[in-house]
Amino acid sequence: MARITLRNLAHSYLPTPQGDGDYALKELDHVWQDGGAYALLGASGCGKTTLLNIISGLLRPSHGRVLFGDRDVTDEPTAARNIAQVFQFPVVYDTMTVRENLAFPLRNRGRDAAYIKARVQQIAAIIGMESALDRKAQGLTADAKQKISLGRGMVREDVNAILFDEPLTVIDPHMKWGLRTQLKQLHREFGHTMIYVTHDQTEALTFADKVVVMHEGRVVQMGTPQDLFETPAHTFVGYFIGSPGMNFIDAQVAGDTATLPGGAQVGLGGHYAPLSGKIGIRPEHAALTGQGGLPVTIRRIEDVGRHRLIRAELQGVPLNIVAPEGQPVAGLDRVVFDPRRINVYADDWRVAPQEIA
Amino acid sequence: MDKTVNNKAWLLVLPVLAIVAFSAVLPLMTVVNYAFNDTFGNNEFFWAGLEWFDEMIHSDRLHAALGRQALFSAIILAIEVPLGIFVALNMPKKGFWASFCLVAMALPLLIPFNVVGTIWQIFGRVDIGLLGRTLSGLGLDYNYTNDPIDAWVTVIVMDVWHWTSLVALLCYAGLQSIPQAYYQAARIDQASRWAVFRYIELPKMKGVLLIAVLLRFMDSFMIYTEPFVVTGGGPGNATTFLSIDLVKMAVGQFDLGPAAAFSLMYFLVILLVSWVFYTVMTGMDRSQSDIPEGM
Amino acid sequence: MRLRPSAIVMTLYLLFLMVPIYWLVNMSLKTNAEITGAFSLFPRDPTLRNYAVILTDPSWYMGYVNSIIYVVMNTVISITVALPAAYAFSRYSFMGDKHLFFWLLTNRMSPPAVFALPFFQLYSSIGLFDTHIAVALAHSLFNVPLAVWILEGFMRGVPKEIDETAYIDGYSFPRFFVRIFMPLIASGIGVAAFFCFMFSWVELLLSRTLTSVNAKPIAATMTRTVSASGMDWGVLAAAGVLTIIPGALVIWFVRNYIAKGFALGRV
Repeated sequence: MARITLRNLAHSYLPTPQGDGDYALKELDHVWQDGGAYALLGASGCGKTTLLNIISGLLRPSHGRVLFGDRDVTDEPTAARNIAQVFQFPVVYDTMTVRENLAFPLRNRGRDAAYIKARVQQIAAIIGMESALDRKAQGLTADAKQKISLGRGMVREDVNAILFDEPLTVIDPHMKWGLRTQLKQLHREFGHTMIYVTHDQTEALTFADKVVVMHEGRVVQMGTPQDLFETPAHTFVGYFIGSPGMNFIDAQVAGDTATLPGGAQVGLGGHYAPLSGKIGIRPEHAALTGQGGLPVTIRRIEDVGRHRLIRAELQGVPLNIVAPEGQPVAGLDRVVFDPRRINVYADDWRVAPQEIA
Repeated sequence: MDKTVNNKAWLLVLPVLAIVAFSAVLPLMTVVNYAFNDTFGNNEFFWAGLEWFDEMIHSDRLHAALGRQALFSAIILAIEVPLGIFVALNMPKKGFWASFCLVAMALPLLIPFNVVGTIWQIFGRVDIGLLGRTLSGLGLDYNYTNDPIDAWVTVIVMDVWHWTSLVALLCYAGLQSIPQAYYQAARIDQASRWAVFRYIELPKMKGVLLIAVLLRFMDSFMIYTEPFVVTGGGPGNATTFLSIDLVKMAVGQFDLGPAAAFSLMYFLVILLVSWVFYTVMTGMDRSQSDIPEGM
Repeated sequence: MRLRPSAIVMTLYLLFLMVPIYWLVNMSLKTNAEITGAFSLFPRDPTLRNYAVILTDPSWYMGYVNSIIYVVMNTVISITVALPAAYAFSRYSFMGDKHLFFWLLTNRMSPPAVFALPFFQLYSSIGLFDTHIAVALAHSLFNVPLAVWILEGFMRGVPKEIDETAYIDGYSFPRFFVRIFMPLIASGIGVAAFFCFMFSWVELLLSRTLTSVNAKPIAATMTRTVSASGMDWGVLAAAGVLTIIPGALVIWFVRNYIAKGFALGRV
């Protein structure tokens, strides 16, 4: 087990990359702490899989170094890195039995038979496949196969990290929840470093202690689920996390006031140097009211169970508001924002409020 | 795929039925007619019962041809299948060179059978052929028209030249269908090159390999033109395989009865193998249907 | 270059395939005197005389014309009858479908030698001996089943919903088949046509048995290079080279489907 450090890492699939756009992965510095449970979250094609393959050594980065602990492994092959990886589609050796599948990584490393037997039994118990150990892997269902892949990833006790590349894509929705819980439990039990790639925010937020959000080949934020929710570092994070995502409104900001295009003013929770950008507010932190605040036009009200979602317009700009269950909304046509929950963005990046001296 | 039951579909099959009936059933009836009758020309037939079959079953000539045929098929399978797999594993995966290899390899498959024979007949000649000239230049006593062993070697090398690409192309198609993730997983599991072949590549090639083996078996079992052009079945009867013998009997000696009986038995053997082929293949189609597509 | 060992393997294998063909080309560019006289890896005095002989003598070049005529006839017949049948096999289950399919397959597997003599008698008796259509029909024996198999394999890949949508939209069956379905399996039709072309082109036993003069294929014409003055090696080689060219030209267009076709659409 080891801390994984990415230093000035970047990757381009082109031999001579010209501009920023030629990089599948833009330069980043990042440390994955030993024993952490990380999620790598982003839309398809944002560079998540590229990053994962660089860590596992399936891909050699065109720039920068990869360190395991203090050891530079940039040029080492996958096998030497002692990494486990679970792929999007189940990869099982069809002609082997489940037992042979699980034992395969240990056999290849020349472990002794008694140890392998015990370890396979243990893993089979964890993934709940003890009864199927002597069946051929061929013909098992997709989720059973994916469990085997998972088991093969965990069978080595000394792996530096276990990487998951959207491992639940082919799994039935009702099985997903179970497997995810199992993973979380395994992480607590064995303390492996786990990096979990997904484009599903629920998966990311429930699995990980730290979530890394990627956008267009760049890491835009790394933080706890709470950080991502409350203080998105980039407008993309605001959009991507939460359902629906954060509301963004163009604004001129100066001091503790934001002036909207129509001239209306919104109070902010902190002090800012003058700038032209956007203010961001979560639908959960906006509330309908009868007086004060800003006038809105309500377009539609959706009842989504525990709360109601109000689709409104503020001076022609769409605005989502979450109304708690039981709150009457009839006749309310104004909105107020919680000043402390408003974030300010310039060029899509969050601007922190000034310390007040 | 679940299919609709619809007996009107027979109408769509009728044209095929008509044309194949005309070109397969009618001639086969003629063969059956000859097989059970004797004739002295003039379209007068005498019932001969199983006489011809009896004669053929106990014919040393047939046994010898069958033995040669089986040996030939066994040898070419033993060479072409491993060689084809080996070539497929070494083919470029994509880009210009992949296309180049595909085209170059398919080339021998599109040469008329007798031209294949001609190419090797010339190539192996001691006086004007590169191969024959080189071998005798190296001091080897090589002459495929006199020496049965040399004739066999020539015919086998020719068949390997002609058909190994077929096996290789099929295996290549099988290999291409393996998702990249399998190779990556193998690297992570620290699998050896042999283990990758044994547990990933070979299982995925199983289906196409089966087709390749059966096609090669059957086509080699019917081989006629190529060895006939090169050796004419000789020296002596050394390279007289079943089809060559059959044509000699039917066209050369006009022994229609025995030839027809021979044909029917020959056909039954092929039928049996085809049935095995068909059963195994349809079984395979079924078991493949649960593999997700587009990985 | 980390592919070096496999590059060596492929180079050796391709050399093995190409050298005999090269030798044929080499010989076709030499005079008979040079072929039998001096042994050389390159023609010392390249000549197109051998090709000129073939291309100016009707009894030679008509062989090509004959071959091409019956090959094209066979391809058209095979694809035309195979299309509806393949559709039936891929979409419907009907009485006896499995047996019928198997019976078709056996014809692909039957030795031409078994059929040579009966074909000769059959076509002689109905006056088709030595005609192109006779050879085309005889080759249907193995090409029709092959075309059905390949097309069925491709058709299976087309979702059934397309048919259903078209019927709901009010297409009649023939119109749907020609306007919508055939374009969808165009590559399959191309591959099937290629294989029909190929097997008809390379087959000799039946085409030689069923012809004498008027429809004699080029491959059979080649046997007459043995003359009183000895073997005309140069012309024989040139004729051989000319039979390779049509195949080489069409391979390029189907290069990515060759294996699929050989596997009867089952890859």
